[in-house]
Amino acid sequence: MSQTTRPLAYVHSRTAVLRDENIDTDRIIPARFLTTTERTGLGRHCFQDWRYAADGSDDPAFPLNQPQARGCSILVAGRNFGCGSSREHAPWALLDYGIQAVISNEIADIFRGNALKNGLLAIVVSDAEHRWLLDNPGTELRIDIAEGTIRLPDGGSIRFDLDAFSRHCLLNGVDQLGFLLQQADDIAAFEHQQEKAA
Amino acid sequence: MSARTLFDKLWDAHQVKAETESTPGVLYIDLHLVHEVTSPQAFDELRSRGLRVRRPDRTLATLDHSTPTLPPGADGKRPYYTKEAEAQVATLEANVREFGVDLMGWDSPQRGIVHVAGPEVGATHPGMTIVCGDSHTATHGAFGALAFGIGTTEVGHVLATQCLLQRKPKSFAIHVDGALQAGVTAKDLILHIIGRIGIGGGTGHVLEYTGEAIRALSMEERMTVCNMSIEAGARAGLIAPDETTFAWLEGRERAPKGDAWDRAVAYWRTLPSDEGARYDREVRIDASAIQPSVTYGTHPGMVVPIHAPVPAAADAIEQRALDYMKVTAGKPIAGEAVDVVFIGSCTNGRLSDLRAAADILRGRQVAEGVRMLVVPGSEQVRRAAEQEGLHEVFRAAGAEWREPGCSMCIAMNGDLAQPGQLVVATSNRNFEGRQGKGARTVLASPLVAAASAVAGRVADPREYMNQEVAA
Repeated sequence: MSQTTRPLAYVHSRTAVLRDENIDTDRIIPARFLTTTERTGLGRHCFQDWRYAADGSDDPAFPLNQPQARGCSILVAGRNFGCGSSREHAPWALLDYGIQAVISNEIADIFRGNALKNGLLAIVVSDAEHRWLLDNPGTELRIDIAEGTIRLPDGGSIRFDLDAFSRHCLLNGVDQLGFLLQQADDIAAFEHQQEKAA
Repeated sequence: MSARTLFDKLWDAHQVKAETESTPGVLYIDLHLVHEVTSPQAFDELRSRGLRVRRPDRTLATLDHSTPTLPPGADGKRPYYTKEAEAQVATLEANVREFGVDLMGWDSPQRGIVHVAGPEVGATHPGMTIVCGDSHTATHGAFGALAFGIGTTEVGHVLATQCLLQRKPKSFAIHVDGALQAGVTAKDLILHIIGRIGIGGGTGHVLEYTGEAIRALSMEERMTVCNMSIEAGARAGLIAPDETTFAWLEGRERAPKGDAWDRAVAYWRTLPSDEGARYDREVRIDASAIQPSVTYGTHPGMVVPIHAPVPAAADAIEQRALDYMKVTAGKPIAGEAVDVVFIGSCTNGRLSDLRAAADILRGRQVAEGVRMLVVPGSEQVRRAAEQEGLHEVFRAAGAEWREPGCSMCIAMNGDLAQPGQLVVATSNRNFEGRQGKGARTVLASPLVAAASAVAGRVADPREYMNQEVAA
């Protein structure tokens, strides 16, 4: 099966909150689980060393283990979420764990690109909006990708920027490799030019 | 044409299609480096679509992350940490055969960490675009190549099309004036820079390191600096090519030869940023003020000079980091008891790093109770070190001399620390659990790491340098 994401127009959920800043991809999925050759099944190791107690049971101190966070598919996280390694296993693990959108006031570049290519919405909002969302876990949000808005329960909304191409790909489930393959003539012309110049 | 930066020139020279409001640009990739961890799903993608690798001649693979650093046992079997690790390596071996890609594999005298072995064989040239499914790809920026890490989906894009969809990042100049003091290394410099601009300070930017302190660095030192650009959030870090670069590269296996070399050098000389070129951001650093530097927290931006007090936590999140590290605000990191010392990685696993560590260890002993691993970055580094007898210095001091690989930097091959142990590491990340669940990492230079091994506590290498040691 080719890797085309399902079209995604809305994410509608209560929020779960991880206030920590700089949640790196080693915390999202520790390196010892990277020996897989699959994309699937990483959800049970998502936040592995944070989420489980020593006896393997759920650690109640981990915010996403609290009853009100169960079933939430929108994660509000502290600044610079997803920093560190380029492992795409991080968005794979989050998606498999049930997260469909991550909101922060800063998201690391490689993680953000990887997330969007897998249909995991990665949204950057202003510091003030971010602070409000951090302080109000469990808020029911409706993210509208076409509009670029996050609707709040009181009728208010937060606007967010999303690159036009990423938006198009999310909404239509566009396969980016297919798009690149269509550029084959231009790529060949570029290679020809480059070889002539060398 | 208006004055352009090195980054502008690299970017412009690789535009298959310029970006528009609605679509990113199509960026051509000259060199694609591949390793076992981030490639299997990408090869699967090609297979499922019936695609070939577009340019096997521009693709080079190695084995480094999941590989054991202990030699094969009496049965000839390599001591893989897990069956999955062994299967992952076998998967890459099968994929390169099926798709016709060169592999620096187990039988190759060139195998090594992708960012050590790639430059060593001369695959990395100034002016190139280089990607790898590995965030430390920024290392190759030391040659004046635009080099950055990508995810596995993009690994598939490059395998199939030799291109990526990209929007142009912003530029950020880091000017480093003055000269580093004795005992202060390129590692201390980059740790200091990350501490200064912050772990997210480079997000959305490509860094260019300039100034007299940068020009004075060797190629190996420049690679150490560029390697950690990602630890400040920047995907790439650049240093303009110069005579140091050309001298290092000339004659290497995959470097241009003869007339092609002369033409290449002539082109490479046009790459440095033009006079008056503008950057989106700039910062100035005084190299002469930098001390041996170490991390004290759980990300590479939490850096202090080795004798400076650990800063007080600004909030609960920072306090959590100090608690994890079991360090106390107001006290320096120097003097903290050490359990493990790791010398190696794509940051500091090159010959000059091993020489620096050996100079401290020669005639001395690793302190009792301290475990020290020395892991060369590649087979070439290993051979050169052994020819100089460095392995004997390490072994005589009580350290383990291992086979090349990423080893304890990412700790996915079984080389790891136990919960609570303090590791002084020459690698690049001190995240929680990076070197084993509950392990506490202090990032440092090879000099600091070696001095700490001898002292059994985090130590200033200048206490050991230029001192006669009784034979």
